Amino acid sequence: MKADYVIVGAGPAAVSAAETLRATDSKGSILILSGEKHAPYSRMAIPYVLTGMIDNEGTHLRKNANHFEQHQITVQHDTVTNVESSSKTLALGGGGSVEYGKLLIATGASPVNPPINGLDLPGVHHCWTLEDSDAISKIAGEGSNIVLMGAGFIGCIVLEALASSGANLTVVEAEDRMVPRMMNETAGNMIKDWCQNKGINVLTSTRVSGLSKSDEKLLVTMDNGDSQIADLVVVATGVRANVQCVKSSGVEIDEGIKVDEFMQSNVSDIYAAGDCAQGLDFSTGGWSVHAIQPTATEHGRIAALNMAGKEAAYKGSLNMNILDTAGLISSSFGEWQGVERGEIAEVIDHDNFRYMQLAFNGDRLIGALTLGRTNNIGILRGLIQSRTALGVWKERLLKNPNRIAEAYIANTQ
Amino acid sequence: MQKSLHINPDNCTGCYQCVIACSDEHGDDFNPIKSRIQVFRFEDEGRYVPYTCTQCDEAWCQKACPTDAISADADGAKIVSEALCVGCKVCTIACPFGTINYNADSGKVNKCDLCGGNPACVKACPTDAITFIDANTTGFDRMRDWAAKTDAGSQTSA
Ligand SMILES: Cc1cc2nc3c(=O)[nH]c(=O)nc-3n(C[C@H](O)[C@H](O)[C@H](O)COP(=O)(O)OP(=O)(O)OC[C@H]3O[C@@H](n4cnc5c(N)ncnc54)[C@H](O)[C@@H]3O)c2cc1C
Ligand code: SF4
Repeated sequence: MKADYVIVGAGPAAVSAAETLRATDSKGSILILSGEKHAPYSRMAIPYVLTGMIDNEGTHLRKNANHFEQHQITVQHDTVTNVESSSKTLALGGGGSVEYGKLLIATGASPVNPPINGLDLPGVHHCWTLEDSDAISKIAGEGSNIVLMGAGFIGCIVLEALASSGANLTVVEAEDRMVPRMMNETAGNMIKDWCQNKGINVLTSTRVSGLSKSDEKLLVTMDNGDSQIADLVVVATGVRANVQCVKSSGVEIDEGIKVDEFMQSNVSDIYAAGDCAQGLDFSTGGWSVHAIQPTATEHGRIAALNMAGKEAAYKGSLNMNILDTAGLISSSFGEWQGVERGEIAEVIDHDNFRYMQLAFNGDRLIGALTLGRTNNIGILRGLIQSRTALGVWKERLLKNPNRIAEAYIANTQ
Repeated sequence: MQKSLHINPDNCTGCYQCVIACSDEHGDDFNPIKSRIQVFRFEDEGRYVPYTCTQCDEAWCQKACPTDAISADADGAKIVSEALCVGCKVCTIACPFGTINYNADSGKVNKCDLCGGNPACVKACPTDAITFIDANTTGFDRMRDWAAKTDAGSQTSA
């Protein structure tokens, strides 16, 4: 088999790329190789399958069943086991091979396990695929006992879904607060307090040291000496880029596949996008893996434009997240930690669980954290990514960080 | 022909009729915070600025949506399907204008939908601060320039 454009993976990066390719090149043949048996779907919709809001089809990235066919995009369910760049050929798990003109690796990431015993026991699951959510749904429910390992971003998103099932939920996080890479100490601990008020048992600065079988259940041992009986253990302790299939292709790999601002790797005609790609970082000017949905779709689009011969340089991804932990909404953008010689503005309202922090470099906004705010929140992205010079508004924001919408409007209208 | 909202803040007197009409049209309880059009007041300058979605071509919200819940209608308005939206809020941080917002009561997001081609805010505005005209001649230019600076890629659009 042969195609002008071959895309490995069927997540948001792949779908955004395939559609952009079709819009840019009406004739070239496009083949998506999907390692999973489902129609192209979105992992980040899985929590809503767990809560019962949607069924598996609700996670599909395109709801029209003929969408890909209509755009002459072939979706084939097979795993790529090896990429040979000299002959421009892919080896498939099902036995065949495919020749490519241009290749996009959009294989995403996979969960990684901490070095403890018992992770292979029944009742221990990641929350990464539709199979995982099926397995979790069978156990989670009113009165069940669940231990969630990891309160990072993905852990906290899963937490929301697990808590709403009516289970007794314990969250174990090695660091000193919740979402440590997304929130500072103040906000991370406000989220912890909120969750505890909602009846979720949150253990920070604690590690699960081992899992073992106890009758039909799991015994979860902690490094503080405590232990707990659980029906279900969900492991959310980080992810790693899926780069196995390109290991011998000559493609440079660091934390992910290294790509330039055109999303191309060091090997010609091989591009990468999404969770598996280490691309331009808007904030630092360096190269980072930003494993989030908006970055995946942007990467896919930019890669596709370049693959189809329409040169487009990426301006870099902005690390940003929005999270709903049992009703408390938090968001983080860019370099919220601040930079040397930069300034930080902060307002804390502990009683009402509201918080806002802005980080500036000169008179430009470079990062932000919010808690308890949903209105006009995208403006934070806009202000950061347009590098808007805030002028007099910087002083006003230092005094009252909540005035972001006015600052933006004053600068654009 | 695609039409879009044209906002002329100089004509705005801050009467909030658009906000009331918008809430009414969409069956949201009257709550200025939840209206899809907002009016910002700049006290120092005695100035009011009505503010809502420009239905931009880049459609960051639509591109970021994981569940295909946002689509463009014949007017080019980006519409949220309440049935498909799961309330993940990713669109609310993807949109650099902050004009798509989460509504905790419905558990879904809200944005301006141009009322299916007959915007209630336009009808309600007594001073022509908001008009509905041919898309090419609207004054969202400054906002659009600003959008271009935020765009993920080059100006080439797919
Ligand atoms: C539970 C959960 C909640 C999340 N919530 C959010 C959120 O709220 N906001 C946010 O921004 N992000 C969220 N994310 C992250 C987001 O889902 C990812 O960033 C996004 O899916 C990345 O898209 P991708 O296309 O790069 O990779 P993926 O979506 O992982 O897709 C990779 C594809 O490649 C396929 N594949 C892998 N290896 C091979 C191979 N060798 N051969 C063939 N096919 C292969 C896979 O089967 C899959 O189809 C969440 C993730 C999870 C798991
Ligand atoms: S909040 Fe709804 S419309 Fe917005 S991205 Fe999520 S699912 Fe799509």
